[in-house]
Amino acid sequence: MSKLRELDAAVAEIRDASMLAVPADYAGVAMAATRALIRGGAKSLHLVTLPASSLQADLLIGTGAVATVETSAVGFGELGQAPRFAAAVRLGTIAIKDATCPAIHAALRATEMGSPFAPLRGIIGSDLLKARPDWKVVDNPFGENDPIVLLPAIQPDVALFHAPLADRRGNVWVGRRRDLFTLAHAAQKSVVTVEKLYDGNLLDDEVMAAATIPSFYVTAIALAPRGAWPLKFGDLYPEDTRHILEYLALAATEDGFRRYLDQYVFERRAA
Amino acid sequence: MSEAALEIKPEEVLIAVVERLIAGARHVAVGAASPIPAAAAFLAQRISPDGTTVSLQQSPEHNLFTDGGRELFDSAGQGRIDVFFFSGVQIDGSANINLHVVGDYAHPKARFAGAYGSAYLYFTVPRIVLFRTEHSRRSLVEKVDFVSAPGTSPPHVFRRGGPVGLVTSLCHFAFDRARARFRLESVHPGHSLEEVRDHTGFDFDVPEHVPMTPPPSPERLRLLREEIAPALAAIYPKFAERVFGIPLSQTG
Repeated sequence: MSKLRELDAAVAEIRDASMLAVPADYAGVAMAATRALIRGGAKSLHLVTLPASSLQADLLIGTGAVATVETSAVGFGELGQAPRFAAAVRLGTIAIKDATCPAIHAALRATEMGSPFAPLRGIIGSDLLKARPDWKVVDNPFGENDPIVLLPAIQPDVALFHAPLADRRGNVWVGRRRDLFTLAHAAQKSVVTVEKLYDGNLLDDEVMAAATIPSFYVTAIALAPRGAWPLKFGDLYPEDTRHILEYLALAATEDGFRRYLDQYVFERRAA
Repeated sequence: MSEAALEIKPEEVLIAVVERLIAGARHVAVGAASPIPAAAAFLAQRISPDGTTVSLQQSPEHNLFTDGGRELFDSAGQGRIDVFFFSGVQIDGSANINLHVVGDYAHPKARFAGAYGSAYLYFTVPRIVLFRTEHSRRSLVEKVDFVSAPGTSPPHVFRRGGPVGLVTSLCHFAFDRARARFRLESVHPGHSLEEVRDHTGFDFDVPEHVPMTPPPSPERLRLLREEIAPALAAIYPKFAERVFGIPLSQTG
């Protein structure tokens, strides 16, 4: 059975109240799908970012689609803070599970391995341990007087990401964006948007196969050219910085954020 | 002072200070929102005779990693990364950094992005350079509101290194790990010890004679402006526009 879907049908695999895992901006963020998810009225999501996010998390949080965000950071780097995320945390309208980048990698890797938890160095002495009562400090059982943090595995219901290529069998080529393997391996389902379709079988060519997520991890694929816009996508297109700055200016207020949504997220309704 | 020297931008002085702090490193990694450290790392790479590897976390074009975002943390965990940079919404006199909130964590007055990799890399990377352009009593405080990552640890806690110094728009502080205290190392051109004292919220040690931070050499300035600025523009567009006059891209 083909896994190719229209964008809205692919996104419909993401049910309300799912634990939804998404990649960082450098790995391939499915922004077209995120706008479709918002148009579909998604709600009560537990959003997990591997490990950080910018526009995707801020948009989903601003529209009220997120109940809990589990992240090492939501921000726009040098361009500024994430306005809707910051407002939601300040007002207490979302729950936040603050983490640090390698903790999210490690907790998803535990799920990839089928293990219930992962150990990680560092963190001890950080107030993150007070914010995360589910993280435990134990004495290294193989050492002596050597405290180490244990993190419970993160088990997402669904992963959503953007990739360069998929074939008609449902294999997805991600190149060096290995974080997408982690997401696909750890999540029960994966919804993928791609720039292009590949004629043939990606697994037939060893060079391509080494960077291909096999179809059995993949639930639905939708074609979405420039599907990461306005974020960058590897060397295929750069970030649309002017658009991001426009977003940040508008999203500084709730009214401005609504105007942004009308113009760029719900635009199809008017068309 | 020559005309060219008069035109040196404060950012270029900071880049030169940071470059001296990271000289000789085998592998320098740079995280998000760090244009000045990134420029310094590129400069160190151009100047180092032995070759310095520079990895920019969010830029696949500027790192050699092929195993995803986790490879930086795995490498650091093994001790393969020599230098990393952190900033803080607040940095205190014991080099604790706060990237989370101002006010109470549960009911913050303001919320910022979050820890990123700090709560791990602060322990696993031997040389951490702290960097905060805003030098004020708001950013450099006696005690942070939230410890995203601690400046020092008890001896039995695994820690390969930690902060070596703090560079701000006014000065360079060195960090004494054993005493968990900063010492003023140099004051940047155009600024004074009094100004540093007035704008610093924590107590620090001051030597008898406080040197002025040396400006970058003409060769370093040339490398920065001609070779490094264009590479920076793709990663830190706003910074490159402001400091080097390179226009922002528009692809939408």
